[in-house]
Amino acid sequence: MIEVVIDDRCGGCGACVDVCPSDVLARGPGGKAVIARQADCQTCYLCELYCPEDALFVWPETDRVAGVTAQQALATGDVGGFRRDSGWDEHAATHTNQHWRMGAIFERARLMAIDAADTARTEDGRTS
Amino acid sequence: MSADFDTPHWDTDVLVIGGGLAGTWAAIAAAREGARVILADKGYCGTSGVTATAGPGHWWVAPEHREAAVADRQKRSLGLGDPDWMARILDLTWTSLPQLARHYAFSTDEQGRVQYRGLRGPEYMRAMRAFALEAGATILDHHPALELLTDADGVVTGAAGVALRGERPWTIRAGAVVLATGGCAFASRLLGAATNTGDGLLMGAEAGADLSGMEFTNYYTPMQAGTNMARSMSFAFARWFDEADDELDIPAGPDVSPHLARALLKGRLYCRLDRIPQDIREVMPQVQPNFVRPFARMGVDAYAERFEVTLVSEGTVRGIGGLRVTDTLCQTAAPGLFAAGDAASRELVTGAISGGGAVNSSWALSSGQWAGQGAAAFARGRAAKAGERLRHIGQAGLRPTSRSAGVDLLAAVQVVRHEMGAYDRNIFRTGAGLEASGERLDDAWREIAAHAGGWGRGLLRAREAAALVAAARWSKASALQRRESRGMHRREDASGLDPRLASRQRSHGLDRVVTRFEAISLENASLEAVA
Repeated sequence: MIEVVIDDRCGGCGACVDVCPSDVLARGPGGKAVIARQADCQTCYLCELYCPEDALFVWPETDRVAGVTAQQALATGDVGGFRRDSGWDEHAATHTNQHWRMGAIFERARLMAIDAADTARTEDGRTS
Repeated sequence: MSADFDTPHWDTDVLVIGGGLAGTWAAIAAAREGARVILADKGYCGTSGVTATAGPGHWWVAPEHREAAVADRQKRSLGLGDPDWMARILDLTWTSLPQLARHYAFSTDEQGRVQYRGLRGPEYMRAMRAFALEAGATILDHHPALELLTDADGVVTGAAGVALRGERPWTIRAGAVVLATGGCAFASRLLGAATNTGDGLLMGAEAGADLSGMEFTNYYTPMQAGTNMARSMSFAFARWFDEADDELDIPAGPDVSPHLARALLKGRLYCRLDRIPQDIREVMPQVQPNFVRPFARMGVDAYAERFEVTLVSEGTVRGIGGLRVTDTLCQTAAPGLFAAGDAASRELVTGAISGGGAVNSSWALSSGQWAGQGAAAFARGRAAKAGERLRHIGQAGLRPTSRSAGVDLLAAVQVVRHEMGAYDRNIFRTGAGLEASGERLDDAWREIAAHAGGWGRGLLRAREAAALVAAARWSKASALQRRESRGMHRREDASGLDPRLASRQRSHGLDRVVTRFEAISLENASLEAVA
């Protein structure tokens, strides 16, 4: 669930307010983002992706408000981590999109499972 | 929602409701036909829907391998698929994805070959928004549709809804409407599916459309307990453990979830991802940047420690059912109304088993384009009747049949979440259990239909609750009538295939739900007789 807008980072661009698919955020006094309907948050992290200032922090738990403060968020070391790993904006050169490897990774898992099953069968044969 | 001189009103040729993968492709295809197009999204076109939080592969098969791919898929569809439709989506997927190159930075592999098969969700949907705008569509974000409008002959002629900013009602008159509202996740908290409450299914049924395949609503995905991170790739390497840390004998593969559900009915379930090879761990954050967030933030070393897992129901999202399409351009049984993507039944291309991400994405981009073309053609063929009075046909959740009174909508949603989510009710089904679920859902429906209504966001919530309950009722009724086990539909009291039921099942009806099987094809019957 979205837990905190780090006020001194928010530049008031309004991007997160526009892109939130559940309309959780609103513009507060001075134009900065505020969490208006926290219970509607679906924990999709997409607001973070669209925030150029890394001013938003989503906590992974979906069912409760954890009460994370700005300091606690920063202490995780992962504020802005989603945007960085996604290679958006200034991270484009250092964090390229490797999503296309997904098919090969699934294939590795499939072959490992076949291997494991073969090994198990061989071991069964020895013990019986 | 009576007519109001202050109500914003627009006229267009094609109205697309929903701005996910299918809706954006529908808007693009309709615009290419020369239609004026408005796309209204409940959230934000670009982040709404389950594609934006995922990273779908596609059913991407080179022409020389398609015949074999279709034959394999048709065999696994257990009699409910249609090879002609499978071939159509393979063809269209192959020619469509490269068109995105202006908006999506496709990767190249080590040999320099462009990789079109899989696209990462946030970038994919950001690209689709840009593509739809470039094609000339007008996008209305945060404009949920609440009901369809018809003319005096019952032909669908637009929609009405509420703009969330300012909570003002809107109406749009359109020559044809495409429902691309996504599947129904039955309030399971599935990643990306918060707004997928089955609104389009309810709107379509009110206009006279019927549904198909609604018994196939029980595909489940593992995820870290307490989160919603239902990305399946890493779990393909998983080892599973009970609370005492004894490893469970659960073979890896596509049908792992029923095994996990049995374990979860006995107690807590844990997972280890220690088999994931080091090179994959290193690249994981750049393959699935969202998957690693819960671990990074909660201080869990996913590759070294065990962590607790549960299953999340994917409803019709990775299930199958939805509005039945009646022709090759995805028109529903309601004239002027087209359906696409997860809002439409996917049985034609998946049969009784999940299409996973790949077939489902190919279905979304294909059915979206066909629905857009069909809607544009339908709109062209209609004589404009200026000044004609339109009928607002929405019922439950909008216009209570008796005195409007407070309805506990959250309780109604919880009934749906439980009846459609609990493993012992929805994965392992029995006739008695389905009947009991049906009765609870009928009670919720009667209460909402009689008393629920509201204003602004409250009206949207009432309508969503009505749609969730309606979709759950079609699902339970269909599952009750399919007295066999076929594909993902598993009846504990009727194991195995019944050759007499090798056909698709339709459902319709609001206050009274009706289902019936289509006539069985001789080919399917004989296939099963020899199986």
